[in-house]
Parts: sequence; structure tokens; C-alpha cells
Amino acid sequence: MPRGKDEHRTWSYIIAGLLLLIVWHLASLILDSPALPAPLTVFYALIDRMRTDLYLHLLISALRVIYGIALAGSLAVPLGLSTYNNRFDRIIAPIVYLLYPIPHIVFLPLIILLFGIGDLSKIILIAIIVFFQILVTTRDEARNISSNYIFSMLSLGATPMDIYRHVILPACLPAILTAMRISVGTAIAVLFFVESFATQRGLGYLIMYSWSMMDYPALYASIVAMALLGFSLYLILECVERKLCAWVYL
Amino acid sequence: MRTLSGAANDSMIEARNLSMVYPDGTEALRDLNLVIHRGASCSIIGPSGCGKTTLLFILAGLLKPTKGQVLLDAREIVSPTRGVALILQDYGLFPWKTVYENVALGLKLQGVRKRERRAIVMSLLKELGLSEFANHYPKQLSGGMQQRVGFARALALKPEILLMDEPLSSLDALTRETLQNFLLALWKNNGMTMVLVTHSIEEAVFLGREIIVLSRRPGHVVKIVENFNAGDENYRSKEAFFAKCREVRMSIEHGAI
Ligand SMILES: Nc1ncnc2c1ncn2[C@@H]1O[C@H](COP(=O)(O)OP(=O)(O)OP(=O)(O)O)[C@@H](O)[C@H]1O
Ligand SMILES: [Mg+2]
Repeated sequence: MPRGKDEHRTWSYIIAGLLLLIVWHLASLILDSPALPAPLTVFYALIDRMRTDLYLHLLISALRVIYGIALAGSLAVPLGLSTYNNRFDRIIAPIVYLLYPIPHIVFLPLIILLFGIGDLSKIILIAIIVFFQILVTTRDEARNISSNYIFSMLSLGATPMDIYRHVILPACLPAILTAMRISVGTAIAVLFFVESFATQRGLGYLIMYSWSMMDYPALYASIVAMALLGFSLYLILECVERKLCAWVYL
Repeated sequence: MRTLSGAANDSMIEARNLSMVYPDGTEALRDLNLVIHRGASCSIIGPSGCGKTTLLFILAGLLKPTKGQVLLDAREIVSPTRGVALILQDYGLFPWKTVYENVALGLKLQGVRKRERRAIVMSLLKELGLSEFANHYPKQLSGGMQQRVGFARALALKPEILLMDEPLSSLDALTRETLQNFLLALWKNNGMTMVLVTHSIEEAVFLGREIIVLSRRPGHVVKIVENFNAGDENYRSKEAFFAKCREVRMSIEHGAI
């Protein structure tokens, strides 16, 4: 039964991809402008650029996003889980809900001041934005754990650490991984922003550069590479979620 | 076989003047006194919301009463102890753990080695007819099987006292009778002390040698009905059984006034 579902999903991805290509192709025919090359032209450009320098930009962008998400997760998850305890929640919740609605881009000047304009700042800006998404989800989940699970654990002789390990973490894990998966989209958007200045590496830079050179095939090749980067990260996180939270998908 | 030698008059659990008021002001128990003897089987019955779950949680050391105390073998209970197992109203199984992991959890927390753990868990699962389902998740089992897993998890620690909060209330009649027979056998063969909270008068009479009837909230003991015929699998179809059910029903109605 699950296999059938997976096959179904694979097909829907393929069909969606084909549909996108067809629409793109038709649009390029109708517009008939160098600003929108046909998919095949872009595909050749992609292969061509991959052989020279595109793979390097892709790799750097991938690392920035992955480090950003990893940094965010490694801080947001423990903090979010700790809110199960009322004492921690009383401190963390107000801070989170005060800072969450602020557009986090406003932290940029501060980050640049503290960490310079190198890779670290870029990663930290991605991390900050993703951090709040993961923290808010993890907290909501940790605050909603049924007290019966806790009473069961206590009557089996559990310590607070046991409770985190055997109840709080596994109960929150599906929501955490879903939040991470959704945050990939945000992370890529922020990536584009932080790579559009003060760097000569990364897909964001390549997009801006190709655009300024009016090298449209290269421009679209970089955009496609960025889309593929987001999509692969999304798929990887989905696989992890299915592996670690098998009990949800029964 | 069950030994009643001499020890039968030991009081094992003693609740003295228990009162419980929740922080929001709900008064759940008022001046409740209770003695449960070693090896007893004891049903607790009372109107909905009268504080039965609260009482069990206090007996298990999970909640602190606002007044009074609970003694276990003459020592005050202030936190959960290994000898006392609790089975919750809705099984309390962890959906993210397999049947095996659920049952093994208590042993793991107590630091029992992996090999020993495995031996204990596998033999328990076998006894309860769950061997084939060791690697299933609770979601994949029927309600009756899930409840068996709940029993197995509680029994893995070899408790002296088994506290149960309406363990069979969400099961169909047939599964329910099977598991009632299972509990009866457990009590007869292991010399375990059992305390069973139930909504069902028939279940209380079938399983409890003593039936403790609680009043409406705030709960206290209205009456203790002695029921020496409990312990026989065929009790359900006997005239004495129906007479006892009527007696218990009258006590409940009396307490509800
Ligand atoms: N944590 C809590 N905070 C406040 N009030 C509570 C809490 N838990 C239970 N109560 C209240 O205390 C009373 C007794 O609850 P309890 O769950 O012990 O009753 P019960 O006899 O087990 O009920 P049921 O038959 O529905 O299982 C109820 O009025 C309930 O609403
Ligand atoms: Mg209850």
C-alpha cells in the first residue's frame, strides 16, 4: 500500500514537471524574445555551464543553505523542546512572539556589523529566519503533549531526561521535520537575497551577473539550478521524515 | 498458586484523610480513607467525575494530595515506586514505539541489560499472544491487543500492585470478557494486589473481592461491599452475581443522593 502511494507521488512529480516545461516552451514561442529562451536552450546552457563553473556556485549555495538550516535547527529544536517545561516557556514564549512578527531582514545591519560581510553573515541570516519557523512549530507541538504520556513515563520510573528522550522529542519530531522541509523554500529565497551582494560566488550572484550581462540562457540555467537545489533538499528532508517517523505513515 | 498464608491481613496501601483540590479550585476528593490488603482485588466504582482517576494518581505517587497521605507498607508514598504499576484510562502507549519497545521501556529505564530485557519482554508477549506483533506499532493493533500491550508494559516490571483506570472501558463486550478473565487469572496465579477503577457494575463485581463505592464529587468512600465469590470464572452466570450487582447499584444510588 505505501509503495503504491509512493509510485503515485513519483508520477505526479513527473507530470507536474512536464506540464511546467510545456507551458514554458509555449510561452517562449509566443513571446519570441531573448528574455525567455526555450527550455531546451536553457538545458544546453545548464550542461555547458555545469562543465565550467556552475557546479561550484551550486555547491557553495547548497552549503550556505544547509549550514543555515542546520544551525537554525540545532538551536531551535532544543529550545523549542525545552518549552515543554513551564519555567522555560515563560521565558521563551514572550521573546519568540515578540520577535517572530518582525521582518528578520532588519537584523542584517547588525549581523554585518558583528560578523562581517562574508559567508558567516550569509549563513546566519538564513539561520535566523529559519530558526523562528522551526522554533514556533516545535514549541506549539511540545506544549500540546498529552499529560497521559508523561504520567505513563513517570510511573515507569522515568527521569526528566528520559521524558525528553522517549516522549517529547519523538512526539515533536514529525512537526520539526515538516517545519524544516517547509523552511527550505524560505531559506532559498533568503539565499538569493544574501548572494545578490558582496559576493562573487553562489547561484544568487550568478543570476544577478548573468542578468546584468543579458546572458539569458545562463540566467535561466542558474535559476533552474536554484530550483533543483531547493527541490532536492525538500526531497531529502521528506525521506528523512519518512524514515525517522515511520509510525506516522502507517 | 496464590498464597493467602497469614499475610492476608497486612494492610499494604493505606490512604488517610485524602483531600485533593486542583489549582483551579475543583475539589476532587474530600477526606477519603481506604485500606487495601496485600493480595486483595479491589474494584473502585463511582459516578463520572467523582475523582477516581485523581485517587489512582495519588496512590501511584504521581499527584500530591492537598491533605492527607498514602502509606505503602507503612511508608509514605511521595513519588512513583517500582512496586506500583499504573495502567491509564486510554492505554497510554507511545505511538512512536513498537509493541516491543513499549513493553521494554520500563525495563530500559530501570537499567535492565538488553539481553535480559529481551528475554523478559519476549516471554511476556508470548504469554499475551502478542509475539507476532512485536514489531508492529500500536496504531496497527485492535483496541483489545493495544490493551494487552498496556498490561504487558505494566507487568514487565513485576509490580506487586497493579493500579488500573478503566482499562477495558473502550472495548467491545467479547474482548472485554476475555480480558476480564485474563485479569482474574493474573490475580489468582500471581498473588498480585489489584486495584481496578471501572464504570461497569458487572465488571466491579466480577473482578473485585472488595468493591469500594465512591460518592459524587468531592469523592469519598460511601461503602465497601464485600464480595467473596469473586475469583470464579463462572461467577457471571450465577444468581449470587446478579444479587451482588443489585447491592452495588443501590449503594451507588445511595451515594449519589
Ligand atoms: N488537572 C486538573 N485540573 C483541574 N481539575 C481537574 C483536573 N483533573 C481532573 N479535574 C477535575 O476533578 C474532578 C475529578 O476528576 P477525575 O478525572 O479524577 O474523575 P474520574 O472519576 O476519574 O472521572 P471519569 O469517570 O470521567 O473518569 C473532575 O471534576 C475533573 O474535571
Ligand atoms: Mg477517570
